Amino acid sequence: MKEQQPQNNGPGFQQTLPVYDIERLSKTYSRNNLVALTDVNLRIHQREFVSIIGSSGCGKSTLLKIMAGLLPPTTGSVMLEGRPVLGPRPDIGMMFQQATLLPWKTTIENIVLPIEIREGRTAAKAAYTRAKELLELVGLKDFANVYPGELSGGMAQRASICRMLVADPAMLLLDEPFSALDELTRDFMNMELQRICLERGATAFLVTHSLDEAVILSDRILVMKPRPGRIVEDVKIDLPRPRNLEMINTPEFGQIVSHIRGLLGQEAFQ
Amino acid sequence: MTTTTNTPTKDTVWVEQEALIDRIPRWLAMTLLFVIVVGIWDLVTRMGWVSVIILPTPAETLNDLFFVGNNLISGKYMLDALWTTTLTVIYGFAIATGIGFSLGVLVGETKFGERGVMPYLVAIDAMPKIAFAPLFIAWLGFDIGSKVALAAFIATFPIVVATAAGLYAATENERMLFKAMGATRMQTLLRLKLPTGLPYIFTGLKIAAVGVMAGAITGEFLGGGKGFGALIRQAASQLNTPRVFSLILYLSLLGLALYFIVAWAQRRFVFWQKVDQKGGVA
Repeated sequence: MKEQQPQNNGPGFQQTLPVYDIERLSKTYSRNNLVALTDVNLRIHQREFVSIIGSSGCGKSTLLKIMAGLLPPTTGSVMLEGRPVLGPRPDIGMMFQQATLLPWKTTIENIVLPIEIREGRTAAKAAYTRAKELLELVGLKDFANVYPGELSGGMAQRASICRMLVADPAMLLLDEPFSALDELTRDFMNMELQRICLERGATAFLVTHSLDEAVILSDRILVMKPRPGRIVEDVKIDLPRPRNLEMINTPEFGQIVSHIRGLLGQEAFQ
Repeated sequence: MTTTTNTPTKDTVWVEQEALIDRIPRWLAMTLLFVIVVGIWDLVTRMGWVSVIILPTPAETLNDLFFVGNNLISGKYMLDALWTTTLTVIYGFAIATGIGFSLGVLVGETKFGERGVMPYLVAIDAMPKIAFAPLFIAWLGFDIGSKVALAAFIATFPIVVATAAGLYAATENERMLFKAMGATRMQTLLRLKLPTGLPYIFTGLKIAAVGVMAGAITGEFLGGGKGFGALIRQAASQLNTPRVFSLILYLSLLGLALYFIVAWAQRRFVFWQKVDQKGGVA
């Protein structure tokens, strides 16, 4: 379960072309000379679900922003599907802590927003069929023409999953997507996320500070430590798929959790 | 004010009693207050505690309200005066909206605006703007132009501030979303920041609607002309206090109309926002 070689193939699919290839990445904020990341090497393969966990301020959000092309790295390279990431790209889908749906657009209009921004309104209209399929996938079929104000927190996040998927991205970047939801909804949404990722064969990268969430969802967990932000271990999770919430109570699960907790040190979690 | 009922209820049932003053419906509360105020007013004038030159009786005022109303309806000189003031207010409001919105976008969207323009705006805003009236009259004459200028001048600043604040209102995550989608600066402005800022902008417009009235009337007080303000000044100089009262009442209808047009537009364009009964931002 612990392995220092992330270059191994992922969950065992035939072709494991690296989707992301990050080498010797570092980030120093010149403003206050803060070293946010140092020597990060990371490869994510097709259909892999990789999580990164660490205490607040360890640099995991910085890493995600660099991967998304929202922030330039200081040194090192980020390759996505063989091409360097030099800015935001259409083949990346992102999800945030908040659903960030625009309240003046209906659910379906929100979902096709990425297409509207990149290709205009006509293309967005043409994507409605696809958006409807996605709404069906997340169980929001009847809410296409409803404004977000009428959606619950969990429903809003499901809509934002659709928005992330609408352009059929090669890579999903998830920034603590369910942390604003209550625990029961969060568990449910995590299972939904697993189902959607398995169904679509998605490649995903999740930032989280919930150990259970990371273990239940991931093929690999990267454990990060702060000052300077670095990946200290790449933990492989061998639990069978599809996973369910009952697994949280198994000894294997407990072992993995306690191992990671040990790595993070006591100060990170209470 | 709590009323305790002595009916023998089971002591397991907890009935929450609301005080009488909290249970009163709106129409009754408004009528009640109106009756009280007018009653005191009537009493004060009837008993001769205050001279009728200073404070006319309610009956006199009502009488004059009918007179002015009749004059307005039959299209006499007062209607012309009201129309002049209405035009002043409309022009002033339109100019203030145009300039205020543009400056607000400049301040809220660009660093140049924020760093260079905003300090000057703050400085000008801190000045007593009515003091500029003689300048506008000197520059633009005694016609409607000087009144429009003063009205617009007063009403511009709330719109600038509200627009700039509105553009800052989009959250960090929403900005990140637009950036991640590869949105251009113009797209982010038009499809995220401006719609998000609309509730703020409308709040600014409501403040401006009040300011533009004050500016127009002040302009007419100081610069004469043919507006309602001039009529008020004329009536006041003739110690025709009932006339002053009724003119002010009709004028306030103009102000209310403008305010409600803005409030209506807000409900229409910011339909996703919950608006409370007073028309404020919930």
